[in-house]
Amino acid sequence: MLTINNIVKQYAEHRALDDVSLTVEKGSIFGLLGPNGAGKTSLIRIINQITAPDSGQILLDGEILQPKHISRIGYLPEERGLYKKMQIGDQLLYLAQLKGLSKNDAKHRIKHWFEKMEMQSWWNKKVEDLSKGMQQKVQFVATVLHQPDLLILDEPFSGFDPVNADLIKREILELNRNGTTIIFSTHRMESVEELCHNIALINKSKKVLDGAVTAIKNSYRENKFKITYLSSQEVASVDGLFTIEEQQATETTTALRIKIMDGKSINRVLSYLIPLVEIQRVEELIPSIHDIFIKEVTSINAK
Amino acid sequence: MNKILLIIHREYISRVKKRSFLLTTFLVPLLFIGMYALIFYVALNNQEPITTVRVIDESGFIANKLTNTDHLLFVNTTEPVEELKSKLEKGEENTVLLIIPADVSNSQTVELYDTEKKGINTLNTIESKLSDILKSKALTEAGIDMKVLNSIKTNVTVKSKQLTVDGEKDSSVGAAIGISFGLSILIYLSLFLYGNQVMRGVIEEKSNRIIEVVISSVKPFQLMMGKIIGIGLVGVTQFVLWIILSVGMMGVAAAVIHNKIPETAITNNQQAITKENGNTASNTESYSKMQGIIESVKTVDYGLIMGCFLIYFVGGYLLYSALFAMVGSAVDSETETQQFMLPIIMPLLFTYMLSFSVLINNPHGSLAFWLSMIPFTSPIGMLVRIPFGVPAWQLILSIALLIIGFLLTTYVAARVYRIGILMYGKKASYRELIKWFKYKG
Repeated sequence: MLTINNIVKQYAEHRALDDVSLTVEKGSIFGLLGPNGAGKTSLIRIINQITAPDSGQILLDGEILQPKHISRIGYLPEERGLYKKMQIGDQLLYLAQLKGLSKNDAKHRIKHWFEKMEMQSWWNKKVEDLSKGMQQKVQFVATVLHQPDLLILDEPFSGFDPVNADLIKREILELNRNGTTIIFSTHRMESVEELCHNIALINKSKKVLDGAVTAIKNSYRENKFKITYLSSQEVASVDGLFTIEEQQATETTTALRIKIMDGKSINRVLSYLIPLVEIQRVEELIPSIHDIFIKEVTSINAK
Repeated sequence: MNKILLIIHREYISRVKKRSFLLTTFLVPLLFIGMYALIFYVALNNQEPITTVRVIDESGFIANKLTNTDHLLFVNTTEPVEELKSKLEKGEENTVLLIIPADVSNSQTVELYDTEKKGINTLNTIESKLSDILKSKALTEAGIDMKVLNSIKTNVTVKSKQLTVDGEKDSSVGAAIGISFGLSILIYLSLFLYGNQVMRGVIEEKSNRIIEVVISSVKPFQLMMGKIIGIGLVGVTQFVLWIILSVGMMGVAAAVIHNKIPETAITNNQQAITKENGNTASNTESYSKMQGIIESVKTVDYGLIMGCFLIYFVGGYLLYSALFAMVGSAVDSETETQQFMLPIIMPLLFTYMLSFSVLINNPHGSLAFWLSMIPFTSPIGMLVRIPFGVPAWQLILSIALLIIGFLLTTYVAARVYRIGILMYGKKASYRELIKWFKYKG
């Protein structure tokens, strides 16, 4: 769907993007992750043709990105807003027409979305008369009205109350099921981890890593487990098999965090432990995207 | 529909639909006409009160020759001076005491007593009447017949004629100055007013945070130009409506005033005329002067002036509103605009100030020439000069420079604008603006 090749963007002394390349598969949900100021918004603005890169190119379905593609992309910026004094209906009509919809089509679709989002009575209301959450709904509708193939959402859930955030999440997933490719940009990794198929991590203007979420997680597995057993009896590390990193005991249970030696399996550890204690629970400690992110970022920043 | 048209449409409709637009559109002409009506009304009804001049004529030959005017009533008296003075002191209103000494022909001095300062008109009238009488007396004493004297009384009016290639034509400096004043005020106010609207519009979009939503659909340049053109059209609409409404209301007002005039002014005049025949001369005199002014106003080429006003309004507006848009894009709120506004409005303000003195006194001098050529000052500089007659080549050159000027400012403004609108929380400085201008892409 979207191929980003060696993008460089320089702002005077500050290099916002340094040779960033990415591929976003058609129909996928892609997470663009990174701390504030990493260059996510710069990249998104380039994809939206708001600014142009100093070098590198972007291909949309194999075609070099050009103004006619604007109507295929929907963009919900992090800094979002609406004309305060304009009526909701007129406003959506205007924004949809700017995206290239005809007036009639736009009207039909606005009505459709109004029904879907239960906001039929809002047409003549002004934005300043709506609550923050209601405004966010209008904003979301404005983003998807023209049925974009590619939906770019910058910090999509910030500012939504939990109920509306859930509603929007459902709508996004439905759009994705119907074939819309989605790019999430956020610094709050936990909010998108469950949604994204693929992610890219950006830090300090550079891409740190990218790939499928599961693959990345697997590659960061450290063979660590958490084992809980029903006793306060202490267990010691076993050379060549596992080391205990942490031991937490309550009156009735003990929780162990262990690292298994390379080449050994959890089954071997369990068969060692079973004769000693009664196992209640075993869980692999897979790093969250957040952990991976922190690890990558701190290791780079330390350099 | 083209996207820039959509933007123009929105900018235009959203402003024209505002209550404030309707209010100013209808109120301003009403206000103007109301002001004129008020002046007219005051002039008609609040005439100077009639002042009684008690005359003690010790010379004996003047008092019977003093003729009454609209405001002065001469009353001959022989009452003792002291008594009259004490009457005055007791607060007799609108009365003065004129004492003409016996040797007035030689001393040429009279005494006037009053309790309140009389207007300069009263003094002038009495003075000129007395000198006329004394002059006539001296002339008749020298043996000149009164009839001859009346026939050689002259009244000179300068009729200014301008020599141009088209031949001789009437021109009047007075009318030209009046129109110059009007135009420079009008263009200064409208450039400032509508430029400011552009700036506020940009700041609104920026502070509402809708800007990024919009420019993901259109180019920043389209948004900027759409806004500038849309607001410009609002301005043009307002002018056209003002003209139509003013003309319409003037018509109505004229009809109303016309109905009222016979009752007051004309009857007054007629009374005055029939009462004293001596007054007719001065009345017809002022009438012919009035006609002279009307004629000189007619000599001004309104087609040319209206055409030029429109060209310079549009050109000047495009030039300045681009700069206003640039300022709007660079700041987060209106309070921050101050530091950028001054240098932008300086040339305009400078020319505006000068237009009242230097430009009107010397409309063909080199300062006037340059001010009417430089695009930043020409909208006022040239408009002020036009009523005085400007060679065609200067006009064409000035307009060409203005067009080049606004293309240039629009280019510069657009480059700063496209970066500025996405910058939040950064305190913009001139250095920053130059940096933004240089950014690629």
